[in-house]
Amino acid sequence: MAEYSAFSLLANALKGNKDWKPAWRKPDPKASYDVIIIGGGGHGLATAYYLAKEHGITNVAVVEKGWLGSGNVGRNTTAVRSNYLLPANTRFYEHSMKLWENLSHELNYNVMFSQRGCLNLAHTPAQFDDYARRGNAMRHLGVDAELMTPAEIKRLIPALDISHSARFPVVGGLMQRRAGTARHDAVAWGYARGADRRGVDIIENCEVTGFLRDGDRISGVATSRGDIRARKVAVAVAGSTGRVMQMAGIETMPIESHVLQAFVTESLKPFIDTVVTFGMGHFYMSQSDKGGLIYGGDIDGYNSYAQRGNLPVVDEVMSEMLALFPGLARVRMLRSWGGVCDMSMDGSPIITTGPLPGMYLNCGWCYGGFKATPASGWCFAWTIAKDQPHDLNAPFTLDRFHRGLVIDDKGQGANPRLH
Amino acid sequence: MLITCPYCGPRDVIEFTYQGDGNRERPDPASQNFEAWNAYVYDRLNPAGDHNEIWQHSGGCRTHLKVVRNTLTHEISSVAFMRGDHGRGDHGSAARRKAEDKS
Repeated sequence: MAEYSAFSLLANALKGNKDWKPAWRKPDPKASYDVIIIGGGGHGLATAYYLAKEHGITNVAVVEKGWLGSGNVGRNTTAVRSNYLLPANTRFYEHSMKLWENLSHELNYNVMFSQRGCLNLAHTPAQFDDYARRGNAMRHLGVDAELMTPAEIKRLIPALDISHSARFPVVGGLMQRRAGTARHDAVAWGYARGADRRGVDIIENCEVTGFLRDGDRISGVATSRGDIRARKVAVAVAGSTGRVMQMAGIETMPIESHVLQAFVTESLKPFIDTVVTFGMGHFYMSQSDKGGLIYGGDIDGYNSYAQRGNLPVVDEVMSEMLALFPGLARVRMLRSWGGVCDMSMDGSPIITTGPLPGMYLNCGWCYGGFKATPASGWCFAWTIAKDQPHDLNAPFTLDRFHRGLVIDDKGQGANPRLH
Repeated sequence: MLITCPYCGPRDVIEFTYQGDGNRERPDPASQNFEAWNAYVYDRLNPAGDHNEIWQHSGGCRTHLKVVRNTLTHEISSVAFMRGDHGRGDHGSAARRKAEDKS
């Protein structure tokens, strides 16, 4: 599998880079497969990869309505962390972190995973106590966490305003050193190539328009490129979950689709070498290897499928940025964009068999799906292959809401715009 | 995004607070039908297209509004008061008449 090595790079460079093979084929859909995965984003591609690699199921199609990775896998702010409070989330995201730590080797594809740390700032003593509690909960489950003082934080991020005259003075922070960032496009491409080389058909520009049924059982999908049959149909469509499930006749879901905006500035010299989050609002920022500051804040807060947001959130995010970093006032914003997030009712995801026979469902990622990509694919592949969840995703059922088993890390209740 | 408040006219969305999906129906408070309560709290239609929703003009007249908004385009096709009487547009004149009767 070692297609990319120092030797192959040199040899291809000497030949003018004319002989590289495309990273994945462009096959036409076959009449039937063992498994169809709807959605060619990070989660769908990772699922296909782990189905082929871990479970030997290679007669698989990934159908994607646009081009590969055109959705949220290419729209997020690339942060990877496992600093959760509740055990179900901590265990799942820590499994993801361990997969991230070996992902470039696993895929022989440089996903530029950089463990530069993620620091949550605390601005009140009560918030600092709360972070201590979360840090202890993390360490209890074997995840690294440490509390930092303002002086330590200032050494780490010199540009941060920690003075007492700051709008919200910094009283400390919770640091996860193993957290960091990854190149999101490379994650999609790496999984796509890995799946393709194992025989998975990745079919782009193929929109699902309905489900085929065999009695009660889902037996395939109708698409813009014709009907495709399959023994198992897996749905991993993030913000489009409601739309796709309605095609299957399921009218309501514990999901609302909301738009989340993200921003990048012009390239700067090295400014910040960690991921920092603001504790008095919702703001997070890191710097890409190219130099742009990548940052974002809250979702816009109303249902949307539009992949673009409105100005109030832009204004709010910029204000939060300047509250932390007054020195960035003159930096120009280069681009902004939006992605559609599948906000669940408790802020935690759903990875499960069903809800219809022959169907498997992966959704509810809110705006934290990128860091989950490896574990989501790994657990979803397990669930599809064995027709039952792995221990890691067993709590992430669809019926947990009606059974009173919600996993609400933030304690916000069934109010998706607040998660 | 502008919302045209029936009292205040077209105002920027920043003046409004989103109060969520307006399709949900709260069961009778005395109801012990757990399925109905669960559906009310957790289940959403989440349509891609016209969506019935509730907004409050919290930075203005503070009335609650029934809004029909397209989730694909953010286009707003209808705004009305949550409480039926207010929707007819004669609320102000009725209040004035009452005040005149008293004097």
